Amino acid sequence: MARYESLLDACGGTPLVGLPRLSPVVPEGAPPVRLWAKLEDRNPTGSVKDRAALFMVRAAEEAGQLRPGDTILEPTSGNTGIALAMVAKLRGYRLVCVMPENVSSERVQLLRMYGAEIIFSPAAGGSNQAVATAKQIAAEHPDWVMLFQYGNEANARAHYETTAPELLRDLPTITHFVAGLGTTGTLMGTGRYLREKVEGIQIIAAEPRYGELVYGLRNIDEGYVPELYDANVLTRRFSVGTRDAVLRTRQLVEVEGLFVGFSTGAVLHAALAVAHEAVKAGRRADVAFLVADGGWKYLSTGAYGGTLADAEEALEGQLWA
Amino acid sequence: MAIEVRIPTILRSYTGGAKVVEGVGETLGDLLIDLDGKFSGLRGRLITDEGALHRFVNIYVNDEDVRFLGSLDAKLSDGDTVTILPAVAGGALGFAAAAAIIQHGTAAAPVAGR
Repeated sequence: MARYESLLDACGGTPLVGLPRLSPVVPEGAPPVRLWAKLEDRNPTGSVKDRAALFMVRAAEEAGQLRPGDTILEPTSGNTGIALAMVAKLRGYRLVCVMPENVSSERVQLLRMYGAEIIFSPAAGGSNQAVATAKQIAAEHPDWVMLFQYGNEANARAHYETTAPELLRDLPTITHFVAGLGTTGTLMGTGRYLREKVEGIQIIAAEPRYGELVYGLRNIDEGYVPELYDANVLTRRFSVGTRDAVLRTRQLVEVEGLFVGFSTGAVLHAALAVAHEAVKAGRRADVAFLVADGGWKYLSTGAYGGTLADAEEALEGQLWA
Repeated sequence: MAIEVRIPTILRSYTGGAKVVEGVGETLGDLLIDLDGKFSGLRGRLITDEGALHRFVNIYVNDEDVRFLGSLDAKLSDGDTVTILPAVAGGALGFAAAAAIIQHGTAAAPVAGR
């Protein structure tokens, strides 16, 4: 069924498509090893975050923490902000996003178009300044609601209740699920469900490894692990560098016609690693991986063209996933 | 047996500014002891008093997280690359936002937590 009462009802139910050209070739007579892409860019605002935004807002409504006209505060410049802006508009909330002033102009334009208000934190102060700004705003407005995607169980539940059942319905023979690790919500929710239903399933995380500027914390003790994260849900966790992520992102569009964001390139890199291991071991594998968003919002980085070294340089210091 | 070890910016004070150093060891635990002999104090920043990997440190052998390879018992081979990184979630902004909310407490984050 492809008719919905409203845009919010059209969230999820994304296609799972096979990648016959990128799947590794197996020797004659060996069991098949196949790659499948779950196209989350087909959600209402173009990313997997629509699922989490919708579930987090609904959970807050059901708990009586969010009433029409309330203000949602979310410190994000990325997909979650855009998803929340759409949900907030349709459900009657005001959204305030806090973001560093050096984010790309297409994101600012997109958020403003959806009706979100933006508070900029100074770029020069880095993460410490962003901490200070977010703290200050939250303290000044105790009535504003922060959904806090890193610790909000509804984020992971969105995937437990929707993404994972869709995957299993469309690919009952699934052997591996691969996705990016950020808030960890996608992997925790999908991973838990699949582990309950599929014997021996492997849940694999691909973590973007950014340029050095991003890791410029003053101290190890200032690090952070999301509250949602439970290492027991994962089977393996890969760190994927900018170069490999860019290479795979380009390969996806060149070979399979899929135009995706760089985080998906990192995810494909890990998916190919496990697929090739399966070929080597002579095991059957149906490797499903998650396409978090399309490439549109990243075109201005210039990293889709030129040499790989140019692309790497263009993304240095940027949060490309 | 030489293993290449990549050191993050915040720990280069221990390596005299070196971004990449070399060490030896059959396991990650052995390697860190070997490195501590050359770069005194480095191991103490990675391992807790209880002898476990620090919560906010991620170490990868050939790009795979050692916590899923036996942690300090993870086996190493000649030519392996070990990468040490501080834990940042969803990039620097994610980290900043999360830290802000944790310090702010639950008042403004009514649906946070489990």
